Amino acid sequence: MWIFLVTEVMFFGGIMLAYTINRHTYFHAFAMGSNTLSLPLGATNTLVLLASSFTMAMGVWSAQTSRKQLLSIFLTLTIILGFVFFGIKYVEYAQKFHHHLVPGKSFDIGYCVHNPSLCPDVKPEELKEEGERLEEAERGDPDLQAHAQLYYSAYFGMTGLHALHMVIGAGLLFWLLKESVGGRFNAEWNTPVDLIGLYWHFVDIVWIYLFPLLYLIDRHK
Amino acid sequence: MSEHEEHNEHIVPPGVYAVIITTLLILTGLTVFAAYVDLGRFNIVVALGIATVKATLVVLFFMHAKYVPERTKLVIISGIFWLGLLLLMTLSDYVSRVDYRGVRYPISQITRDMREIRG
Repeated sequence: MWIFLVTEVMFFGGIMLAYTINRHTYFHAFAMGSNTLSLPLGATNTLVLLASSFTMAMGVWSAQTSRKQLLSIFLTLTIILGFVFFGIKYVEYAQKFHHHLVPGKSFDIGYCVHNPSLCPDVKPEELKEEGERLEEAERGDPDLQAHAQLYYSAYFGMTGLHALHMVIGAGLLFWLLKESVGGRFNAEWNTPVDLIGLYWHFVDIVWIYLFPLLYLIDRHK
Repeated sequence: MSEHEEHNEHIVPPGVYAVIITTLLILTGLTVFAAYVDLGRFNIVVALGIATVKATLVVLFFMHAKYVPERTKLVIISGIFWLGLLLLMTLSDYVSRVDYRGVRYPISQITRDMREIRG
């Protein structure tokens, strides 16, 4: 499992590296894009995912000490927290569609600034701040729209890949839960719990890096 | 029990997990707070520094890396090593690159060039 995770490290590492270079090159557009993300939702999801890693670790401990019922409970909690993460991610993605922030023909990084009535969920003071930032970004980058799309392509690509890993992880967790209810895991044999736990923690680590990379660019000012 | 222990996995007690998760949650709050403080170019350093501390805690304790056999540690360290090589070599290329005019690669120059092209 560790060898597989090392290949995954290189996979996500390469993507994050490409992202970093683009972010460095098109700083204005990436900072603008980052500030149109919802920090409360992103931060909440970070906490949710960390909590799910904790319940997973407690699940492994339950298996190692043959607490079979407790194992099922912790696995269920982990799955629930995983789905809370998906729920919040869904709200975020939907918001991006409403705000014309999905790369393509109708993409407009200034959509909410120019059409405040169509973005009722963004607070006026946030919009004011976003407007000032937009003016500055347009001065700094003559091709802001194109480069902001680059940011949002990276956002959807990276969070999408992360979510795909979580979907696979959730599938594995459901299988673990089924087997644990059957009482298959105990102190002598709990390898699947251990390995799927490792995978789940790895996915958590990916998010630990994605959160500051995507959400926390140039938030001060 | 004690005879089995040498080849059995190390069991990390729940108390350790509780301390680690509390630390992780506090660090998340700290990184959000730090993002609103103007540290100039060090904002990203602080953000990624905190992320690395968090990742290290997860690897060492949640993933039991602190308690695994030496050969597993070798796999983990080799992974970090190759990732470091990838990041170091690529980024050192990017920060040191100059174009045909001898202008250093970044960034503001590209912006200026584009502005000229567009008039």
